[in-house]
Amino acid sequence: MSKPVIATTSLAGCFGCHMSLLDIDERILTLIELVEFNKSPIDDIKTFTKPVDIGLIEGGCCNSENVEVLKSFRKNCKILVSLGECAIMGGLPALRNGIPIEECLHEAYIGGPTVQLNKDGIMPNDDELPMLLDKVYPCHEIVKIDYFLPGCPPRADLIWDALVALVTGDPMKLPYEVVKFD
Amino acid sequence: MSKKITIEPVTRVEGHGKVTIHMDAQGNIQQSRLHIVEFRGFERFVQGRPYWEAPVLVQRLCGICPVSHHLAAAKALDVIVGAGTGDGLTPTGEKMRRLMHYGQFFQSHALHFFHLSAPDFLFGVDGDPAKRNIIGIALTNPDLAVQGVMMRKFGQEIIRATAGKKIHGTGAIPGGINKNLSIEERDEFLKGADPLNADKMVSWAEEALDFFKKYYFANKDFVDNFSYFPSNHLSLVRKDGALDIYHGVLRAVDADGKKILNDIDYQEYDKYIEEEVRSWSYMKFPYLKEYGKDKGWYRVGPLARLNTADFIPTPLAQKEFEAYKALTNGKPNNHCLHMHYARLIETLHAAEMIRELLHDPDLLGDDLVIKGEKQKEGVGLIEAPRGTLFHHYRINDNDQIEMANLIVSTTNNNEPMNKAVNNVAKSVMTGKEVITEGMMNAVEVAIRAYDPCLSCATHALGKMPLELTLVGPNDEILDRKRSH
Repeated sequence: MSKPVIATTSLAGCFGCHMSLLDIDERILTLIELVEFNKSPIDDIKTFTKPVDIGLIEGGCCNSENVEVLKSFRKNCKILVSLGECAIMGGLPALRNGIPIEECLHEAYIGGPTVQLNKDGIMPNDDELPMLLDKVYPCHEIVKIDYFLPGCPPRADLIWDALVALVTGDPMKLPYEVVKFD
Repeated sequence: MSKKITIEPVTRVEGHGKVTIHMDAQGNIQQSRLHIVEFRGFERFVQGRPYWEAPVLVQRLCGICPVSHHLAAAKALDVIVGAGTGDGLTPTGEKMRRLMHYGQFFQSHALHFFHLSAPDFLFGVDGDPAKRNIIGIALTNPDLAVQGVMMRKFGQEIIRATAGKKIHGTGAIPGGINKNLSIEERDEFLKGADPLNADKMVSWAEEALDFFKKYYFANKDFVDNFSYFPSNHLSLVRKDGALDIYHGVLRAVDADGKKILNDIDYQEYDKYIEEEVRSWSYMKFPYLKEYGKDKGWYRVGPLARLNTADFIPTPLAQKEFEAYKALTNGKPNNHCLHMHYARLIETLHAAEMIRELLHDPDLLGDDLVIKGEKQKEGVGLIEAPRGTLFHHYRINDNDQIEMANLIVSTTNNNEPMNKAVNNVAKSVMTGKEVITEGMMNAVEVAIRAYDPCLSCATHALGKMPLELTLVGPNDEILDRKRSH
């Protein structure tokens, strides 16, 4: 029987969730026995090369590219999991949602104490840069998400238990410590 | 016909960085740029938040070295709560933070070396791309993979014991720390079952350094000449000139070792440092005001730190430092790939510091926090694994943050990374009709040496995949290649 296939990505996240996945420590060596990785930073596969069983999504959507990547994950993965608070509800980057994006850009490039010599008011606006969205969106507002793993980041044991449950089909234990925030 | 070459890490589609290179009809490189395509807006959206939230909010900039942001913010807030400018904490407060920081250095440097760089050294820079990743190491060199995983784990456990959590902890608070180290925790780190103890970590750090040195001396021409260029270098140093990643004064030297920023108090950093904004990247370009945009840019990180510091205050790392300095006759080292060498000397230093600190009874003390006369403004600086990190906050009468300014390590390396890309593109692509995977990989190796945190996806876990498109003058795609 072929191994289950896993893919992962980080959208508008900080890579803390991917780091927490690494915090399963020596179980990483077991994991690469149990599953096969497809598109993921772990193995450098750039585009999906086969149908994927489980897609792990870190981060919400803050720009047009995040949306494209998320849609391609939905198309190619049987099961999608929102990993961590940013994917589930926008997380910390969503603190900008109540603020016009122009104000955020102004503060970073014109208002701050070390950009006082930017007298011409230059702002990043090149064609090479993706479009920022009006606000940061949680993943389930863009595509259907099947499971949610809370935490900032979700603890390594939770990620491990969830992966084992999804791969084996056995129900996972959900004690209080893993369902409360952080 | 002129060409535009776009080198896209997989991270372009995932919202990180990409490289564009413009060639003219003769195949000369006209322009090359590393674009950072991420924008979050932290400086604005933390305004209005109570100041004490900053260390837990702002560390969520980065999950790879959150401790750096956590501590830089806490150090700025030390100033605001009147606890002095970095050296006014209680011994327990300062030493717990230092232990946390050395734990982080150890895990972050181990991650970068074993998970990212070692595959290149084991399988060759132009080795089989399918193997050139951490899984390849696990399959062919399981002992080395276990060593990398366990070194990272040790560092992460130190962070958990000092910050409460491995990622995004809460240990540092304005004016100090919220817990001390228990005797049980200390003993576990000092005498834990093999391999998870401080002695083993010191000897593993030495082995990693030997591994790299062996590679270096077998490939000396390549390592020495790859993307070599002179630059200024900036970092914190202890007041007596020692390497210190937690606190000190700000020093910069030029390519010949002349001090161009002479041990200044970093509370006044904005008198000396300015950032240029360019329309094609969200990442700004810092420089020393006195020397202007063209001459004032500098490098930060392991290479820079070993160029600014006069010595390393632990014996094993100092011995390695002396041998390393002898390679450049005591002058600043401007070799791009020596950054790996410098990083591993720092890894050894971090392991030694962890072991030394664990023997210090101050860690077990219970005088945790200092408070004094409230100030309106404070600056916190720290050496993150990737380089100097600046946090600057001002608060209002309601204790809300009114202004925040952040210059992160990778931003400080923006101009050098662009120079490195340009350098490598010029040396390997000029006049070439066909751009090969090896040429793309060369550009990638140059970027990777800086361990840039904004493309941490690919940096954390394996080789950075690249896609390269040759575009004609009318935007028609002439050729497209993936690194694998």
